[in-house]
Amino acid sequence: MKEITILSGKGGAGKTSIAAALASLARNAVFCDNDVDAADLHLILKPEIKETHSFDSGSLAFINQEECTNCETCLEACRFEAIFTNSDGFPEINPYQCEGCRLCERLCPVGTIQTTQNRNNRWFISDTRLGLMVHAKMGPGEENSGKLVTRIREKAKELARENKAQFIINDGPPGIGCTAISSITGTNAVLLVIEPTFSGLHDARRLVELVNSFKVPIYAIINKHDINLEFTATVVHYLIDNNIPLVGKIPFSEMFVECMLHEKSLVEYAPNHPISLNLKTIWEKISNNSIH
Amino acid sequence: MQIAIASGKGGTGKTTVSVNLYYFLSEKYNNRVQLIDCDVEEPNDMLFFPQAKKEAEKEVFTAVPEIDKERCIYCKKCVEWCEFNAISIVQRLKFAEVNYELCHSCGACFEACSFEALTPVQNSLGSISDYRTTFGAGIVEGRLKIGSAMQTALIKSVKKQADSNQQITLLDAPPGTSCPVVETVATANYVILVTEPTPFGLHDLKITVELLNEIHKPFGVIVNKAGLGNNTIYQFLEENNITLLGKIPFSKAYAENYSRGEIFENIPVDVEKAYHFILGKLATIIN
Repeated sequence: MKEITILSGKGGAGKTSIAAALASLARNAVFCDNDVDAADLHLILKPEIKETHSFDSGSLAFINQEECTNCETCLEACRFEAIFTNSDGFPEINPYQCEGCRLCERLCPVGTIQTTQNRNNRWFISDTRLGLMVHAKMGPGEENSGKLVTRIREKAKELARENKAQFIINDGPPGIGCTAISSITGTNAVLLVIEPTFSGLHDARRLVELVNSFKVPIYAIINKHDINLEFTATVVHYLIDNNIPLVGKIPFSEMFVECMLHEKSLVEYAPNHPISLNLKTIWEKISNNSIH
Repeated sequence: MQIAIASGKGGTGKTTVSVNLYYFLSEKYNNRVQLIDCDVEEPNDMLFFPQAKKEAEKEVFTAVPEIDKERCIYCKKCVEWCEFNAISIVQRLKFAEVNYELCHSCGACFEACSFEALTPVQNSLGSISDYRTTFGAGIVEGRLKIGSAMQTALIKSVKKQADSNQQITLLDAPPGTSCPVVETVATANYVILVTEPTPFGLHDLKITVELLNEIHKPFGVIVNKAGLGNNTIYQFLEENNITLLGKIPFSKAYAENYSRGEIFENIPVDVEKAYHFILGKLATIIN
């Protein structure tokens, strides 16, 4: 079983469109949406939810004003500036700043602070027309996205093993922060989607540095390559210099938006379109291990 | 006042809108406009200002614990107080270690220890740089150290550079809807959501609207790449009484300019018109 994670650094490079296309080419694969913060793969795969689970979304402190002596111990101790003096002149917790470390609760001399754990994040196991899918939905403004990614990836692996699936295709998050780190840890390969723009390459470089620190192999796709052919050449040079195999170049096409409107991947919507054939070659290269 | 530029989905044009607003608002408000790049994971604003002069750069640290094994009695009280499972102690093996990737720098372990076995050491999160540009009051960029998962803490530090003497501070937010976005928009007086008229754009706009309603932030929407996709997004805005600040037409030629980092040169007439329309809408909010 091979786990492939699609990442880009910069958002909007085409991760989800490419993930959906590869999903329709892979036989016997499990799909996992690691972009728990703004998940979109389900808009194409149209999952039928079989199981729903709640998941820890971080802890939150609460100060009971009636017993508070206003000693300000909590105000001074909080390193997240999550406690402020409210209009009654008492300390109050800002729920969006509180990290749930419980330091205020432990230090409060009258024991009037309590921390509760929330479970406002959800994750799902679903059936789709292309295979099993594990995905998640975070409560608005909730925390713990990194741990949530780790959890759904574990589940996808478990399902892949049970069903003897050959591949797991992870649609990754943008950026290089906690969710990206959780998506990279322990995966078998990263498929890097780069757009040939100044910012696309800048962001990809930072991502490559991160992925290299985990010693995970990288393959690259240049998406919208004809937006700037000159810059595409710069990107190709960068990939050669960094020993990153280029598995394909995809032109800019409004077809990607069109198939999205029909809730289909490009390969399903227009199987004989040159880009679909192109994606097929890319998938063959990735799945046959014929790179290097 | 602070105006944050956010979007659920990545790649809708937050950076393009942020640097263009910096340009057009600077023109209108006598250069009393500051831009802060809060997308610390992938800061891109400065790519469009190759001539800008870096005036200062400083590294940002948080205090993480270091365990002195001479003083530690392996009582595990710090382990108990750490809500993030960042400390491992095995008494039998005299093993004591801190995992800095899990540490949130909350300080609980220092309070827990009665034996002065923990000392704070500096852990770098990244850097903050100040740039002077040929127009406007300057740009501040936060840049997360590669490998750090503490983007929210860095955003908090970067935002301290907001200059209240300026008329407007623009905050370019990271994509998504979780903690880093909440941190960015927390102090903003107004949020501009940048979206695109596609199913992905609409879906991610909806979850961002849900977040902003929950934290009671006033906001308006800019539809970028207008002309692509369909009209469902406008129906959504209308049905929910959401202010449409403007539409920026999609132009492949402009996308090419963008790819070269040249967005202030050869701005297509209809794009410039769109920004002036947006400026008009924003004027009532700013005053």
